[in-house]
Amino acid sequence: MALFATCVTDTLYPRTGQAVVRLLERLGCEVDFPEAQTCCGQMHYNTGYPRHATALAGDYERIFAEYDAVVAPSGSCVGMVREIYPKLLGSARAASYSHELSEFLVDVLGVTDVGAYFPHRVTYHPTCHSLRMLKVGDRPQRLLRAVRGLELVELPEAESCCGFGGTFAIKNSDTSSAMLADKISGITRTGAEVLTAGDNSCLMHIGGGLSRLRAGVNPVHLAEILSSTEEEPWQAVA
Amino acid sequence: MAGRGVTWLGTPTFPKAARTALADTQLRTNLRNATTTIRGKRAGAVAELPDWEPLRRAGEAIKDEVLANLDTYLERLEAAVTARGGVVHWARDAAEANAIVLRLTREAGADEVVKVKSMATAEIGLNEALAEGGVHAVETDLAELIVQLGEDRPSHILVPAIHRNRSEIREIFRREMPGVDQDITDEPRELAEAARKHLRQKFLTAKVAVSGANFAVADSGSVVVVESEGNGRMCLTLPETLITVMGIEKLVPTWSDLEVFLQLLPRSSTAERMNPYTSVWTGVAPGDGPKNFHLVLLDNGRTDTLADTVGRQALRCIRCSACLNVCPVYERTGGAAYGSVYPGPIGAILTPQLLGEDVDEQAKSLPYASSLCGACFEVCPVRIDIPEVLVHLRAEAVESKSKAAPEAAAMSALAWAMGNPRRWAAAQKAAGVGRLLSRGGRISGLPWPGSRWTASRDLPAPPKETFRAWWRRTRG
Repeated sequence: MALFATCVTDTLYPRTGQAVVRLLERLGCEVDFPEAQTCCGQMHYNTGYPRHATALAGDYERIFAEYDAVVAPSGSCVGMVREIYPKLLGSARAASYSHELSEFLVDVLGVTDVGAYFPHRVTYHPTCHSLRMLKVGDRPQRLLRAVRGLELVELPEAESCCGFGGTFAIKNSDTSSAMLADKISGITRTGAEVLTAGDNSCLMHIGGGLSRLRAGVNPVHLAEILSSTEEEPWQAVA
Repeated sequence: MAGRGVTWLGTPTFPKAARTALADTQLRTNLRNATTTIRGKRAGAVAELPDWEPLRRAGEAIKDEVLANLDTYLERLEAAVTARGGVVHWARDAAEANAIVLRLTREAGADEVVKVKSMATAEIGLNEALAEGGVHAVETDLAELIVQLGEDRPSHILVPAIHRNRSEIREIFRREMPGVDQDITDEPRELAEAARKHLRQKFLTAKVAVSGANFAVADSGSVVVVESEGNGRMCLTLPETLITVMGIEKLVPTWSDLEVFLQLLPRSSTAERMNPYTSVWTGVAPGDGPKNFHLVLLDNGRTDTLADTVGRQALRCIRCSACLNVCPVYERTGGAAYGSVYPGPIGAILTPQLLGEDVDEQAKSLPYASSLCGACFEVCPVRIDIPEVLVHLRAEAVESKSKAAPEAAAMSALAWAMGNPRRWAAAQKAAGVGRLLSRGGRISGLPWPGSRWTASRDLPAPPKETFRAWWRRTRG
């Protein structure tokens, strides 16, 4: 199987990629990272540049064609591959072998207890594309509930968008910031120490707001929680 | 009035209008309360039906079949209406439709018309056009009346006064409603009673009524209006002349097709199992209801929209407004920021399409007024993939712009870098320079346009080692 790291994780959140590798290897998978990969093209597609996106989609299909499965730590990028690639490429091939991390763990590997240890109070934000495009349902929560030491607290108005939306955050900065403020108010009300989600782009947005407010809540990708063990526990960035 | 109407001339682009709306904390509170309540109720009403998904699929299929054969169904409708004693008029745009209604009103010898709440007549700016011709239009829907008296603009398709709370409504009534008791309180009962007295006088004296139509049945020529208050039924039955202005996409083929929509519409819009008043009329009936019935079939950009294979799904819309109630953008900004009679997610795709070649910078900004969270598609009773159309319209806007525009250049450069892993690694290395801007692992201030991000959010400093560099170092 192959890891599709996604451009955001590759560039800004290498710890998430490393966590996916560690987690999947612990569960007995043989993980490869084809270095020709770059980006799924979602930002181009959503901003109105479908031709650039189609070129990147073609690259993706070619690069990963030889693997049994591709796993990505992003509901949004897998949503792009699964829902939009068939429209752009006229082929559902890439869609058929691509999985979001929680889907892969629960549906393909058939595990919910991945042997993780994470002694923190955590709240989970279901990102829009995981929720509505991929319909991952409660898979992430089932995985989190099986983590030893973890206390999962419910996020108020969990299903409302954080306001990221790619270039929306720039083009409609004021509206995006208003959505973010409401999301952050929900998070801080939970008293959680850690906010988790299946998408680093949303975590970058919410995390950016939490950081600005010095809210004392750490944004941590789901993969990093699931890869954390007693022997090799997760550690906050210095 | 310019060409097709639809938008309010002179309104700013969405990001600018949104900034003004966001600063109005009363508006945000009113909207949040209203949308949160109706969202919860809708979810409950929909969950009661075990066949909701098949119903949505049926609604989608019926509308698609109508759109694919619109010419045939429209001719069938015209024949059926005419056979039952109605008169059918065809209007290419707002100006033609307004002229027809004004002429018919004058022929009926009236200088005042009562109106059933209607999106089509709002779209063409009928009230303003009638006023220019010396005819006063009275809105009889309670919320439309509030908006009209307040010299305000509707903020929602179904709940036009959603942005007003009851103490604001009390003030509007005291100020603008002739003869109202100045000691009126803000109790809903008292407010409704005042409106009732005010409107009763209008119903009993009006010679002409103007309505929209929720549906029309091609086979029988029947026209359908669904509503909650009964004001519409008063308009549809009391006056001598009834003029209905209907978008040409509002057709269903047969009477039995209506069944699907009479389940989809009320649950999606007001979270009711069944709407309180469903009025159906077919031509004229001697001794019962209006003596004259005119049906104005309005194009106003619809056939142009139909020509777009991706965008045409917007014409399936039954104006339920479920998408507005779940939209996180609408919830923060309200309807006025969209500068159009059609606000919210559906407005963002319908407005620029109806305008066609009349589209301006304001309407062009609407497809970007979405984070593409997908909540609108999830609730749409006729499965309009609003995010798909938004992205499609963005691509059209990009096509019409210069390739040298900064955004287009940046997107091309990025795609070029991403087209090759060596170039991509080099670009990542360049981005790593961002570390120099950071303090304590965060970047809090960037030059424009990055400042639009850092106005309210930090960025993480790029790490010393990308994932691919780590992979190469440890596994490569």
